[in-house]
Amino acid sequence: MKVCQAMVKCLEAAGVTELFGYPGAAICPFYDALADSGIRHILVRTEQNAAHAASGYSRVSGKCGVCVATSGPGATNLISGIAAAYMDSIPMVILTGQVDSRLLGRDVFQEADITGAVEPFIKHSFLVKDEAEICRVFKEAFYLASSGRPGPVLIDVPMDVQQRETRFSWPENVQIRSYKPSTKGHTGQIRRAAEAIRNADRPILCAGGGVFSSGAQEILGEFLSKVRMPVVHTMMGIGAVPHTVPLQLGMIGVHGCRGANLAINRADLLLLAGTRIADRSVPNPALLSQKKKVIHIDIDPAEIGKNIPADIPVVGDLRLVLEQLGEELSPQCFPDWEREIHFYQNQALPSVSVPGSIDPATFLRQFFAGLKPGSIVTADVGQNQIWATRQFRVPLGRFLTSGGMGTMGYAIPAAVGAKTACPEQPVYAICGDGSFQMSLMELATICQHHIPVKILLFANNRLGMVRELQDNHYGREIAVSLDGSPDFVRLAEAYGIPAMQISKTEEFAAAFSFLKEEGSALLEIRVDPAEPTLPQELFE
Amino acid sequence: MKQTISVLVENRAGVLSRIAGLFARRGFNIESLAVGPTAEAGVSCVTIVVDDRENVMEQINKQLNKLIDVIKLKEYAPEEIISRELLLIKVNANAQNRGEISELARLAGGKICDITRNSITIEYCDTPDRVENFIELCRTYGLKRVVRTGAAAIEKGTGQLQLDE
Repeated sequence: MKVCQAMVKCLEAAGVTELFGYPGAAICPFYDALADSGIRHILVRTEQNAAHAASGYSRVSGKCGVCVATSGPGATNLISGIAAAYMDSIPMVILTGQVDSRLLGRDVFQEADITGAVEPFIKHSFLVKDEAEICRVFKEAFYLASSGRPGPVLIDVPMDVQQRETRFSWPENVQIRSYKPSTKGHTGQIRRAAEAIRNADRPILCAGGGVFSSGAQEILGEFLSKVRMPVVHTMMGIGAVPHTVPLQLGMIGVHGCRGANLAINRADLLLLAGTRIADRSVPNPALLSQKKKVIHIDIDPAEIGKNIPADIPVVGDLRLVLEQLGEELSPQCFPDWEREIHFYQNQALPSVSVPGSIDPATFLRQFFAGLKPGSIVTADVGQNQIWATRQFRVPLGRFLTSGGMGTMGYAIPAAVGAKTACPEQPVYAICGDGSFQMSLMELATICQHHIPVKILLFANNRLGMVRELQDNHYGREIAVSLDGSPDFVRLAEAYGIPAMQISKTEEFAAAFSFLKEEGSALLEIRVDPAEPTLPQELFE
Repeated sequence: MKQTISVLVENRAGVLSRIAGLFARRGFNIESLAVGPTAEAGVSCVTIVVDDRENVMEQINKQLNKLIDVIKLKEYAPEEIISRELLLIKVNANAQNRGEISELARLAGGKICDITRNSITIEYCDTPDRVENFIELCRTYGLKRVVRTGAAAIEKGTGQLQLDE
């Protein structure tokens, strides 16, 4: 069997049923072999979106998303998608074609050192020069991507290697002597953590993206019903806390909820569950950790003590650690603290909308309230994202956004990936007119592959988030006007996607019923360019 | 304080660039780095000396451990290890001071490996500090070229850094 055929067999053996990609000369042997497989290939319109689609696919399916590109520019176009996946710990396997191995290093046509280029933001990468290694490399790649702290893993295969003869043999086990991620928490540390919780007056749990990585949503709910402590979450942790949990305060951080930020500051014990306490969640971790005990649960030891000092570090898989911790503790509640929390729960930032135009918050609140449980929402980066993060409340719903990297253009391809993984779930992509124009080419992917995604496009003819930053910190706007943007409704219709524009609150009902129709749709929501994300008073 | 880290790595293409890249992008300073094969086939040992002024050893340790090709590592305080560095030094020399330089080399425990009409090349192996001192002594004569390998280090006593079974 040829290596390229073995590559396809490896994907099948790894359980891959869909992949996102873009062919080119150096990956053609693989594509030729793919033609004989049942694996569904979704042709994206630029490689970066293959990686984002694989990310969306991974996040909702729990399977490892796979994307494919050719050598040189095909591979380098993937980079933002790989970096975004790395920052958000998304399992992903990336296949790239490479120029002939005998030509490597000679700067031949479409040669790029992709394993070198992605090195700073990839979990691991392989350049396969020996055809006998192909099956082992694939096995290891899927294992590395999905285990421990998940992340992207790249396999670069030169074209001549793809065409060589090899023997297909899918290894049963993985033996990587240098890689043994811990799963269960150290019992001594669990005991110390339990002791600290028992002795706390004002404990709070902060849930991060790690809840999803470890599939800990359910056990988190159980833990919080046994130990009734209030809970906040990060942007990556949106939807991580089951909606049935009572003492929820919402998202912390620069763009978070006032009550959540007040409560986390006031707590005397902070239980970090699968969050690295990134700078947008906690701009001043030294200040936050003052006068409180910090228990930090993370599967990646390097995250513990990196951004915030931890009194009780617990390295392990969050699901198992929460299980262990729950067993160690008796049912407990904190009545005084709970009363204080109820006060925080009613703390909202003042409404800041420009009168007479659509208030994005009101629109999104009503929109989310009408969604089916389990709906999937993707959000881009910018004002649209912030408006959405604050309003998103969908039982069992998922909210996918590029948290760590803040990669514009993520929403549509991620929605394509999510819808591919979960065709039964409604999938909505929330964009701004800036980010939409970074991935609008994927409208063709949506049509070609019949992937019905609903797009909510907030249009204010601005790069709104940058505009706000400039207004608040520099006093004038530059390079944020999106003059020259197309008529988005006609653009969508040109792709055969039904589209509608609204600019008044009275049109909400019509918009919601438009979104309920079968198939893809684009809803353009006109927003006043002056519409902010944060109240102006915060800057005065 | 200077800390020494012994890192056992898979001897694969790219491993050194991964280690070097990690230090560069996270802003950790490398004082010296020496690498070579070990008794175990396929395993190399990288000895890295780090100036730990900002208490970054814990992060260096953890980040290195995250690299898939890093099998095992250990950090050592100066008193825990025997540390050696090879120096090749070419100094200006002439008929008048050749004897003096060769006497200096002999006293210090160095070895003369090449002599020309106007230079002497000395091989000198000792702790990094003493290598430093020896270079200073030679500076009097004028240095043509200084080449150092970086420190290789091994723990004192019977302890050993070994691969897990």
